[in-house]
Amino acid sequence: MSTIQHDKFEAVIGLEVHAQLLTQSKAFAPVSTEFGGAPNTQVTPLCLGHPGTLPVLNENLVRYTVRMGLATGCKIAEKSIFARKNYFYPDLPKGYQISQYETPICYDGEIEIELDNGRKRIGITRIHMEEDAGKSIHDRDPVNTLVDLNRAGVPLIEIVSEPDLRTPGEAYAYLKKIRQIVQYLEICDGNMEEGSLRCDANVSVRPRGESAFGTRTELKNMNSFRNVERAIQFEIDRQIELIESGGEVVQETLLWDPDKLQTRQMRSKEEAHDYRYFPEPDIPPVVLEEDFVDEVRQNLPEMPESRRERFEKQLGLNSDDARTLTENRYLADYYEEILEYLDNPKAAANLVMTEVLRVLNEQSIDIQDFPVRPKPLADLIRLKQDEKINSSAMQKIFNRMLEQEEEPEKLAGEMNLLQISEEGFVEPIIREVLDAHPDEVMRYREGKKQLIGFFIGQVMQKSKGQANPKQVRELLTKKLDQIEKS
Amino acid sequence: MAVTSDDVKYIADLARLQLPDDEVESLKQDLNKILGYMEKLDELDTTDVEPLEHVTDPEVPFRKDEAGDPIPHEDALKNAPDADADYFRVPRVIE
Repeated sequence: MSTIQHDKFEAVIGLEVHAQLLTQSKAFAPVSTEFGGAPNTQVTPLCLGHPGTLPVLNENLVRYTVRMGLATGCKIAEKSIFARKNYFYPDLPKGYQISQYETPICYDGEIEIELDNGRKRIGITRIHMEEDAGKSIHDRDPVNTLVDLNRAGVPLIEIVSEPDLRTPGEAYAYLKKIRQIVQYLEICDGNMEEGSLRCDANVSVRPRGESAFGTRTELKNMNSFRNVERAIQFEIDRQIELIESGGEVVQETLLWDPDKLQTRQMRSKEEAHDYRYFPEPDIPPVVLEEDFVDEVRQNLPEMPESRRERFEKQLGLNSDDARTLTENRYLADYYEEILEYLDNPKAAANLVMTEVLRVLNEQSIDIQDFPVRPKPLADLIRLKQDEKINSSAMQKIFNRMLEQEEEPEKLAGEMNLLQISEEGFVEPIIREVLDAHPDEVMRYREGKKQLIGFFIGQVMQKSKGQANPKQVRELLTKKLDQIEKS
Repeated sequence: MAVTSDDVKYIADLARLQLPDDEVESLKQDLNKILGYMEKLDELDTTDVEPLEHVTDPEVPFRKDEAGDPIPHEDALKNAPDADADYFRVPRVIE
């Protein structure tokens, strides 16, 4: 595929992102949304689609959606209505999904994504509210499908972008940005692997310079950020190759296969067709008072850009560090919690960016699962700041803290890493080192002052790292000067 | 805008109904009668009339976001035609 003349074509990509909202209760029923419960234990007759039940709208579904709308510069509809999207599937017991169709609650917004070559604005067509379906399990029973309805009715928002994206990299950056925003707003945990953030893509290609759109296909089942990028790249290549060889793109839905790294056509049965949307008669129109929207607006949290700016201006971090630390809301929270115990923003930033991020990467975990809490980490930095330990000791203690929940000072003691600053400890060692190296002492006296590093190294080694290098340097300089004068 | 037999079969298919041919024919006539009756409304001038989507009171308040008790697990599965101890069981839906 590498032979494809990519520069003759450009891709047009739009994303539909579903975000599961972090509400306590379901969209229309007062029952828990918690993930991971035993099957069919978090249900009410409404979730099961029993006759005679009526949905009642959860205020936080509205509040969280408006939050997202305001954070992405959307207009907020004064009145929007729910609609029924009709189709048959066993994980949807009512026979329809409650969604929004002609009147989404938020529309006409935009977000800014950051790319290697600058920033780009991506339009948001609409954000609407809907409910999740249950879960079907196909691989545990040879002849049946098993259905768990705990997820049925969990609130979702669907965020639809304008077809403004041009490359898989832009789609990736857009999706990351969406995740960052929902995490900052605390409306969704943004976990793609667990399905709380899901993404479908509409992809088409056209000759560069052309303004009309080509025929698009829809990609589904991309359950990680990497897979979104890969699947879109695969689909762009496939479409270009097809057109180059005289074929035509057919409008269809394709499933990404993360094992084979390719797309496949959906089976006919999986393809839904005629949803026959109509206004949901059981839920009155959602009419938003100005007060409600104002309240949501006033309670919007600090967003990544302003937090980054604050980290630069108030804490004196450079812009790269500030960006890295604010990329993930929870990492930024963690960092700021360290500062509650320690007044040293730069030292804390250094430790988080080098050691903490290294461990997160190595172990592929999120900061929420990082074993060391901010307070002991602050204590560790303070040990170094107070010159009770040196840098290499700090790293050793940090590694030990990952496995052992213990105060860093105690660990430092157990590991014999506490610096000993009494002159009585280091004096004899210095004398010993100077006695053992008369030639170096001579050359130092003749003006080769950089030998001080050699002497410090020797003393540190003989003290098994427990001497305080700063003190060693002072004492050594004093001693050598005395010898010089004598 | 007469309903054809194909329309009836299509709608029946969407509703997962199997209709014998004679019922298709009688339903076709029923549906056409209903639509013909509704067409009567077209004689009214509805310019400047807002569509009425709901007859309920739009002032219905939202529900507080609080989780109450679910129904007991056994009750949830009780009315299902088929279930095991944990799950609803339905005929396999993918090939």
